[in-house]
Amino acid sequence: MSMFDGFKFRSVSSTIHKMDPRAKFIYVCVLFCVAVMFSQLIPLLILFIVQTPLIFIARVQKEWLRSMKGSAMFAIVIFLMNILSLYFYGSYESLSVIVERALALTLRFMVLIESFSVFFLTTSPDLLGLALEQSRVPYELCFAFTTAVRFVPVLAEEAQTIMDAQKARGLELEGGNFVKKIRNYIPILIPLIVNAIRRSLELAETMESRAWGATQNRTNLYVLKMGRKDLYLVLFSFAILAVSVYVITYIQIPNVTHLLRI
Amino acid sequence: MIKIEDVHFTYPNGVEALSGVNLEVQDGEFLAIMGQNGAGKTTLVKHINGLLKPIRGTVVVDDLETTKVSVATLARKVGFVFQNPDHQLFSETVEEEVSFALRNFGFNEAAVNERVNWALNLLDLAEYRKVSPFMLSGGERKRVALASVLAWDPKIVILDEPTIGQDNQQKERLRQFILQLNNLGKTVIIVTHDIEFVAECKPRVVLMSQGKIIAQGAAEKILTDPDLVSQASVVLPQITQLFVSLRNEGFPTEVIDVNEAAEILLERISDSR
Repeated sequence: MSMFDGFKFRSVSSTIHKMDPRAKFIYVCVLFCVAVMFSQLIPLLILFIVQTPLIFIARVQKEWLRSMKGSAMFAIVIFLMNILSLYFYGSYESLSVIVERALALTLRFMVLIESFSVFFLTTSPDLLGLALEQSRVPYELCFAFTTAVRFVPVLAEEAQTIMDAQKARGLELEGGNFVKKIRNYIPILIPLIVNAIRRSLELAETMESRAWGATQNRTNLYVLKMGRKDLYLVLFSFAILAVSVYVITYIQIPNVTHLLRI
Repeated sequence: MIKIEDVHFTYPNGVEALSGVNLEVQDGEFLAIMGQNGAGKTTLVKHINGLLKPIRGTVVVDDLETTKVSVATLARKVGFVFQNPDHQLFSETVEEEVSFALRNFGFNEAAVNERVNWALNLLDLAEYRKVSPFMLSGGERKRVALASVLAWDPKIVILDEPTIGQDNQQKERLRQFILQLNNLGKTVIIVTHDIEFVAECKPRVVLMSQGKIIAQGAAEKILTDPDLVSQASVVLPQITQLFVSLRNEGFPTEVIDVNEAAEILLERISDSR
């Protein structure tokens, strides 16, 4: 579960934390597109390295490292799956090219994790809700979104308690084949879902008893404003996008394997 | 027998929940663990069935060291009833819920039937056999959770906050039931805040505060010591409060039982006549 540590908001005071969530969102979207555009090792490596200063500026390197470690397992699976499928179904000249390609696709996954980490580690759910609201998303939807984010840790804790309770009744979660493993999780999922539904009904009642939705025109104490730094981030994001589009249309990206041979 | 020696435990988030706990529980004993929220009560009992493993020190249950065996192996000996029944109920019928653990432990079909009948009758749930556990009231769901644990007849029964959300009548039934289990020779451990309930049950009391055991002994001794009890953020039982405030009139203070209190008061009344 430590992969998700990189997606939990961490309250530190840093330049990145103070930035407008909308600017950061643009950055994440751009990075996502660019990472998907390339499937070669060199550009993905550049994307990965270009982002690391942001993590240090935001002072979340510890959480980021933990999420990298947590996603290592997935990364290995992605790497092996790619090697196997490229080996059997691809038409590549040599094993080193296959390895490079699999490495690149694994790195793409890491780049995505990294950029989402930067976004979620530095953006509080409240600010995110505010950003949605000021982008004219209906308040009901914004509220539903922030509440969902807010309840994730609660659900995670509850899932742990339920697992303990079922283990105490002799349930063994590990072992068995794939189907058996999925079946093992039924005694955990059902109480989790039932409790979540029950909790949402209770939440609705308590909110209504506190006059939720009584006024039509809501105002906010804090109003988001794009500052100079936010503009720089947006410009930086678009610069990455522009360079990437240019590179992909006009430049033939070499393989590391070929470069090393020369 | 349960032997807990110098157990330390820190949660992954860095909270130190147990710092050097030593405790021995004999077979057939009745024990109540008390203390304020966050004192480490639940953390301690989760060590007994191996859900948590000590960072330092050892926990030995019937010659099995908990770090060396699986939770499922320990669960066969140690039944653990969680505070909130909604954290475990998932089956379509009460009957299936109660048989869940039995099937996990590999009982054969005849034995499963027999044990389910036994547990349902024991907890007065036979009429709900085919009903969905989600349709039952809070008290009934709690009883289903209890039945689903007692069904495999564990030697040690741990109840985490058994009285929460129970009305007086249910509490009294629960008390009778716990005493009955204890009379059957089972080791019973309850974790609770409910001092009146403990005063009525009179088990051996273990008082915890900040990850340590600060006192243990007979309920009459521990629950009537104002200093100890306030250290653990617990309030004296009401009967004891009465007798403590009458201390200057020559009344004893070590009274936790209503019947005993009535006797002392009646004696004093007849003396003064």
